[in-house]
Amino acid sequence: MVEGLRAYRMIAGMWVRSGMTYRTSFVFTLFGNLVLTGMDFVGILLMFSQVDSLAGWSLPEVAFLYAASVTSFGLAHLAAGSMPQLGTRIRDGSFDVLLVRPVPVLAQVGGDRFSLRRLGRVVQGGAVLGWALVAADVDWTVAKVLLVPLMVVSGAAIFVALFVAGAAFQIYAQDAAEVQNAFTYGGTTMLQYPPAVFGKELVRGVTFVLPLAFVNWVPAAHVLGRPYPLELPGWAAFASPLVAAACCALAGLAWRTGLRSYRSVGS
Amino acid sequence: MSGRMGTTAGSEGAFIEVDRVEKVFDVRRRKGLLRRERHQVRAVDSISFTVARGEMVGYIGPNGAGKSTTIKMLTGILTPSGGRLRVAGIDPSRERTRLAHRIGVVFGQRTTLWWDLPLIDSYKLMHRMYRIPDARYRENLARLVELLDLGDLLEVPVRQLSLGQRMRGDIAAALLHDPEVLYLDEPTIGLDVVSKTRVREFLRQVNAERDTTVLLTTHDLQDIEQVCSRVMVIDQGRLVYDGALAGLHEVGESERTLVVDLERECPPVEVPAPARVVRVDGPRQWVAFPASEPAAALVTRIAERYPLVDLSVREPDIEAVIAQMYAERAGRAPTRSPQSS
Amino acid sequence: MGSARLYLAVAARGFRRYASYRAATAAGVFTNTVFGLILVYTYLALWDERPDLGGYDQAQAVTYVWLGQCLFAALAIQGGGVEAELMERIRTGEIAVDLYRPADLQLWWLAGDLGRAAFQLLGRGVLPFLVGGLFFPTALPTRFDTWVWFAVALTLAALVSFGIRHLLALSVFWLLDGTGVSQLMMILGVFFSGMVLPLNVFPGGFGEVARALPWAAQLQVPADVLMGETAVAGALAFQAMWAVLLLAAGRLLQAAATRRVVVQGG
Repeated sequence: MVEGLRAYRMIAGMWVRSGMTYRTSFVFTLFGNLVLTGMDFVGILLMFSQVDSLAGWSLPEVAFLYAASVTSFGLAHLAAGSMPQLGTRIRDGSFDVLLVRPVPVLAQVGGDRFSLRRLGRVVQGGAVLGWALVAADVDWTVAKVLLVPLMVVSGAAIFVALFVAGAAFQIYAQDAAEVQNAFTYGGTTMLQYPPAVFGKELVRGVTFVLPLAFVNWVPAAHVLGRPYPLELPGWAAFASPLVAAACCALAGLAWRTGLRSYRSVGS
Repeated sequence: MSGRMGTTAGSEGAFIEVDRVEKVFDVRRRKGLLRRERHQVRAVDSISFTVARGEMVGYIGPNGAGKSTTIKMLTGILTPSGGRLRVAGIDPSRERTRLAHRIGVVFGQRTTLWWDLPLIDSYKLMHRMYRIPDARYRENLARLVELLDLGDLLEVPVRQLSLGQRMRGDIAAALLHDPEVLYLDEPTIGLDVVSKTRVREFLRQVNAERDTTVLLTTHDLQDIEQVCSRVMVIDQGRLVYDGALAGLHEVGESERTLVVDLERECPPVEVPAPARVVRVDGPRQWVAFPASEPAAALVTRIAERYPLVDLSVREPDIEAVIAQMYAERAGRAPTRSPQSS
Repeated sequence: MGSARLYLAVAARGFRRYASYRAATAAGVFTNTVFGLILVYTYLALWDERPDLGGYDQAQAVTYVWLGQCLFAALAIQGGGVEAELMERIRTGEIAVDLYRPADLQLWWLAGDLGRAAFQLLGRGVLPFLVGGLFFPTALPTRFDTWVWFAVALTLAALVSFGIRHLLALSVFWLLDGTGVSQLMMILGVFFSGMVLPLNVFPGGFGEVARALPWAAQLQVPADVLMGETAVAGALAFQAMWAVLLLAAGRLLQAAATRRVVVQGG
């Protein structure tokens, strides 16, 4: 684990230093990334230009959901954004090279093509978050104030776990890599909207089976003082870190299994 | 060329120990719309050999024979289905990263460098990754850059390098951390003659200076002839030959060719079997004879009876030797073709 | 005509090629279905607030979503068509080989793209559409001629889509590293096609501009034709106009690029 983090830092660092050689271009691509990823919020703004609320949630409240989801996803994408391309690596034979190096494979996959340009999404999400926290009518308590960063970081960890699971999936099915998008991009999109929008079964699935709801829905319901569509204990709002840890553990297991299978079956 | 002969399996202290190692793959093929046919492919079928420290060994065989699979098992990429495999006493399938510090790998068809980054960045990364002490890194880098002529290429992104340049870069990368063994999987493929010679020379030098064990798979038998003292031939997952290069000729029953230029056109010269005339073109005749026999007797005999003007001896084409070996194993009759110019 | 047969063959080859990517197609069907589901719920909530939003009722909004998912891959709304290959060939220089071929470059790539589009419509797009129709109320036309006009609109949409991507690909001749530009175009394309929100819902002047852009011809216009929300003649004329403009621009740019390649010696 420690070895892996060290290797990850090393590799990511190299990519950052290498990318920094073109200063002006970096700012441009960061801005471009910001605009690109921000189009989703433009969509929400357009919606609210026509309606006053969505399933009873106001624009600042929806913006809060959006910002939390997108900031978490942005952080995860920054940390592990090249994992979805693992299938391509396996297909072109460059995966084997990773197994010959004296560092954990997952760290190499994670650090590959690390790019600070991906911060664009985080910046845009953070900006909207700032606005939403002010504009929404929140009954602030100390617990709620702490819950916001806790929620964003845990959410990022859950998305990272999703990316890792996606990487493990690609070991078995390189060509079906697009399935990941349904969960990663689909997940972050779904979480931008209030849970009340979706069918009960879907909410149940996303709370208990694939716990994306703990990225922002469950904690946000508590912060905004809104009821959650399902019966959950009061402490559930603070359970995100636990959920994130469990997801990461499971994802790690999936990865180890996948890697073992690759070394047994080849490519 | 340095290098000692391989010792028999099971001896103490062998650097690489391969004991009845197998690799079996389950292959599923779609038959029709829904049915699937499963059968097993024994890519490596109970292979045993040992390699002592400092040896330079060639590993050859037809495509699909199991060469790459063996290398992958030795380097920890694949786990064996059966048997026992140890490199420097370490089991590659269990202690991959621990072993990785002590081995260097060069893949002919893929690079171990970071494709989009300048060459030097790859080396810097390896410096940290392999935990090479600073002084030794600087020293090794300087030496390798000089020997492999990489000075002008260090700032060039790897994807812009030519094949030969990239190969030299890969070799340097593999040796930066002073590995005890160097595996090369088809290192000279696609290279021009000059580059090939340089690579071979370099390998000999590395082995002489650092006692680095070298295991080399290749299709180019010149690589073997110029670099290795010992060669293993693998075919359909089995080891069919393991020994000195010279011995290969005997096993392959290969032939040398005596090319005689006579004063005038004559009928085919009479020579004792198994020597025989394989080709006549005007006053020149080609006589094939077993490679294991000295040419002197044959030459004397021809000179005594025929007006001999000039002669030369052609060594057997090792490619033909190997091809013959494969053909024999496949059950086809061995073809003896005249050695062309 | 001999050349018609040639282009037909190229189209057929494009169709077959994409048909062979079975796992990827299955993955695509799954992903489109999931995204469709998410959007449907969102739109249902939106239309609950304003039942007549953008001139659609709820059933029409739902149909719009599934049509969007159906056409997403077929019209390569976020890329993924032949332009990726074309851009690669331009970057590596292999395009020089294509220029020597005794066939029109634009028609060649168009034929291949149409073959691909046909497969992705039938093999990938139809399924989420059917699934959607099974679980949610949709507003499909009952008149036969509406379907005919819809088919025409789809064909024109495919031409417009190709025109946009062809121009984008050709820009690589001058920009060399097109990834930044192409990414921008893709996301704008997704947005202005109406994949995120129907263009009819865009407010005021912004909406008017959006509806006049070529991307509108990809999803919004065919959707309106399908659901009878627009005068067919005007809609098809709009699409045809953009198709002609984009393809003509493409030919001009292509000629300029060819001259450039010839001058530089390939």
